[in-house]
Amino acid sequence: MNTSLDLAAKDDVIESALHWQKEGKKVALATVIQTWGSAPRPTGSQLAIDETGNMVGSVSGGCVEGAVIQEAIQLMDNGGYKTLEFGVTNDEAWEVGLACGGKIRIFIEALS
Amino acid sequence: MDNKQLQELQNARKEKKQVVLATNLSSGVSELLYPFETDEITPLLEEARLALRFDKPHETEVVNEKIFLNIFNPPLRLFIVGAVHIAQKLAPMAAATGYEVVVIDPRRSFGSEMRFPNVALDDRWPDEALEDLSPDRRSALVTLTHDAKLDDPALESALNSDVFYIGALGSNRTNDKRHQRLISKGFSEAAIKRINGPIGLDIGAQSPAEIAVSIMGELTACLRGKMTK
Repeated sequence: MNTSLDLAAKDDVIESALHWQKEGKKVALATVIQTWGSAPRPTGSQLAIDETGNMVGSVSGGCVEGAVIQEAIQLMDNGGYKTLEFGVTNDEAWEVGLACGGKIRIFIEALS
Repeated sequence: MDNKQLQELQNARKEKKQVVLATNLSSGVSELLYPFETDEITPLLEEARLALRFDKPHETEVVNEKIFLNIFNPPLRLFIVGAVHIAQKLAPMAAATGYEVVVIDPRRSFGSEMRFPNVALDDRWPDEALEDLSPDRRSALVTLTHDAKLDDPALESALNSDVFYIGALGSNRTNDKRHQRLISKGFSEAAIKRINGPIGLDIGAQSPAEIAVSIMGELTACLRGKMTK
């Protein structure tokens, strides 16, 4: 009767990042640090990305993950971190199951 | 964040610690905080405590630095002592609210799988079960048996732990008698005040399901820091 789905998801992200590092892969971690309006994923949600573009977790339910992965892979080359801001348009918001748009800020860091 | 911190974070989560990952958004430097394992009072630790208590990761500004506090709380757990009628209603309600539920009752005819489908059942004596399950500050305990032999050992275990909520079913009279017993066991008035009894919010609950609602209400208020009594 465990309903802590978000918790389990967060756990997976950290576990996956560790696992990839163990395999010698470069890894980046993206975290939702702020949301406005009806953002698809709550603040604190995380996405782990490896150098080949594998990902675990989510920061938006699909609408900005592509852009986040691109940024993450760039960061992995030289290390570092970056804060990105995304607006979720009404159309995209509709796609992810929300009736109105929102905005999210995401912190991405290459793990060392 | 480096591999060492990531591994420490994962270990802390496995050990069911309440941990906060504080990341300085300007410098990119991260640190792990264990705000409830220290009595130290700093603006950052206070913010981290609030974040954990209210399950709210957030950005904060400490000494002109923007810090993002991500929280990693262990699961909420509810230990129900007494596999009685109210427990049958309370267990699924608590599960739906996000709790891992364990119903403790050594009387097998009460704590049967037929009466509690899909609920974790523990047929050990309450104090023995609780010693093993080690309730923490993300845990709550309610006693529902009306029987001092079962309720009291559970309440004593709970009083010796950091649980955020203790509730005991019973009338005012039962409650007064229990109070006397706990005093004679050496518990202080202040300690006994942690027990919410009679249990639940005063919403005029009649049926077992309504009583379960009143218990969930009180429990939620305690978790979120709203005093109701």
